[in-house]
Amino acid sequence: MVKQMNELIKDFPILDQKVNDEQLVYLDNAATTQKPRAVVDAITNYYYHDNANVHRGVHTLAERATAQFEDVRKKVAHFINAPSEQEIIYTKGTTESLNWVAASYGRTFVKPGDEIVISYMEHHSNLVPWQILAKKNGAILKYIDLLPDGQLDMDSVRKQITDKTAIVSLAHASNVLGVVNPVAEIAKIAHKHGAIMVVDGAQSTPHMKIDVQDLGIDFFAFSGHKLMAPTGIGILWGKSELLEQMPPLEFGGEMIDWVQLQETTFKKAPWKFEGGTQNIAGVVGLGAAIDYLESIGMDKIENYEKSLIANILPALVKIDGLEIYGPLDPAKRTGIISFNLKGLHPHDVATALDMEGIAVRAGHHCAQPLMEYLDVAATARASFYLYNTVEDGQRLVEAIKATKEFFKNGIV
Amino acid sequence: MGLSRLDNLYRQMILEHASHPHHHGTLKNADHQLELRNPTCGDVLVVQVAMKADKVSDVAFSGSGCTISQASASMMTDEVIGKTAAQVEQMVVTFSKMVTGDSVDNVDDILGDAAILEGVAQFPARIKCATLAWKAIYQAIENDNKESTVGLMRHDEL
Repeated sequence: MVKQMNELIKDFPILDQKVNDEQLVYLDNAATTQKPRAVVDAITNYYYHDNANVHRGVHTLAERATAQFEDVRKKVAHFINAPSEQEIIYTKGTTESLNWVAASYGRTFVKPGDEIVISYMEHHSNLVPWQILAKKNGAILKYIDLLPDGQLDMDSVRKQITDKTAIVSLAHASNVLGVVNPVAEIAKIAHKHGAIMVVDGAQSTPHMKIDVQDLGIDFFAFSGHKLMAPTGIGILWGKSELLEQMPPLEFGGEMIDWVQLQETTFKKAPWKFEGGTQNIAGVVGLGAAIDYLESIGMDKIENYEKSLIANILPALVKIDGLEIYGPLDPAKRTGIISFNLKGLHPHDVATALDMEGIAVRAGHHCAQPLMEYLDVAATARASFYLYNTVEDGQRLVEAIKATKEFFKNGIV
Repeated sequence: MGLSRLDNLYRQMILEHASHPHHHGTLKNADHQLELRNPTCGDVLVVQVAMKADKVSDVAFSGSGCTISQASASMMTDEVIGKTAAQVEQMVVTFSKMVTGDSVDNVDDILGDAAILEGVAQFPARIKCATLAWKAIYQAIENDNKESTVGLMRHDEL
């Protein structure tokens, strides 16, 4: 199976290049993923043969475009096991999805004194919308503590979620610590207290089978570009009974039922949320990306990435002076490994790795409260995907050792 | 090839400034001070300036950052002492042009030792690290309020 996975790299033309005279090793997949030929071809094909605006016009191209646009909705519903494709809303990405839950559901239903519970590991897009909502509606924003190894502290979960809690919103998988949170278990606690459960699936959906019914949650958000689809397309899934109660946020073309001079009625969900011409080519690309992933199998992808991390993590742990954030047990993590070399700023490390052809991210990863919680200014982050190999991991390990050596005499 | 290219960026003098930065600390009687944050990496730099007879008489910086931002801050503090506000502005403009790869005349005369940071131009991702301290002192002098304020890292302007 591994050999088969290793051959996937041929599907990604961008990976076949040298960077700074070295073969590129792309380890910034938590930021965005590369696109297989199948996705690029699907978009090209759409523009070459089928491009038209959807839901309007009776001509053949409009029908073809509409059919593809709505077919992908069904495909997404199947991909995350949503009960109905009418619960699938197209958005720009996870950020917009989460913002819409906060701005539409949140502003409508959160009352003064209510509590919104998130955790210290949230990405800014699952933090700032709640902060703004809390200020606007007079609610209180509370944070769940982390254990020393970066996992959610379940005692803190049980303490922070109370009968006053209206919304619990958590990352399914952390974009920094690489942990997977027990959102199904937490959803039960949230529901027991009458709260709804929102899940940020940006870092989980690309890497594991998602079943929103099995998770027992109320809203789920993810981005296309982190799972091989183009940028600018994402999904908000919500239970239909909740979506029905939510007001649309963008008014205009396509989302209306009937417009009169002083009054307008809106379409049903999901279309009432999709004002204006949508990112149709992005939707087509998302469909092709889901086909690509499903042709391999999400369980197989998850297992492959786990075996990759099980291989790489121990070698990283052995590097003296390398601090790794999150659990050190490979079984407890995704393909995201954040680290710092003692005495070196992650920007310096990332520049050095780039000279070795290795692309990693350095910075606060849009998680400044988490950085403060970890008491670091920033970290470097290597994030793996299914086209990465054990050799990529070895290149990373060697390059980190070389970086350490390079700076040994210069920096305290 | 690999890491040998790093020598263009991390020159010996830069590494020395980064590991033993000059004027690192705080001033008791600052006339201007400002905190500037690099939003891409979360680094925070505070620059304080004392003026005497319209010239910079003392300067200090605090905060942590990468090798490039710390070395650049250290070199900046060495070079601005004794300069007028107008001269500092010219230095900041010159420095900014140099690290973004624009050709500028008399770089060595205007920037002194800090001209060694011209290698940053080959590493576009690190320009913001290099300019942080320079933008901070420019905005600090512009800020007449003696209390520290938080400046904004603007893209195209100082």
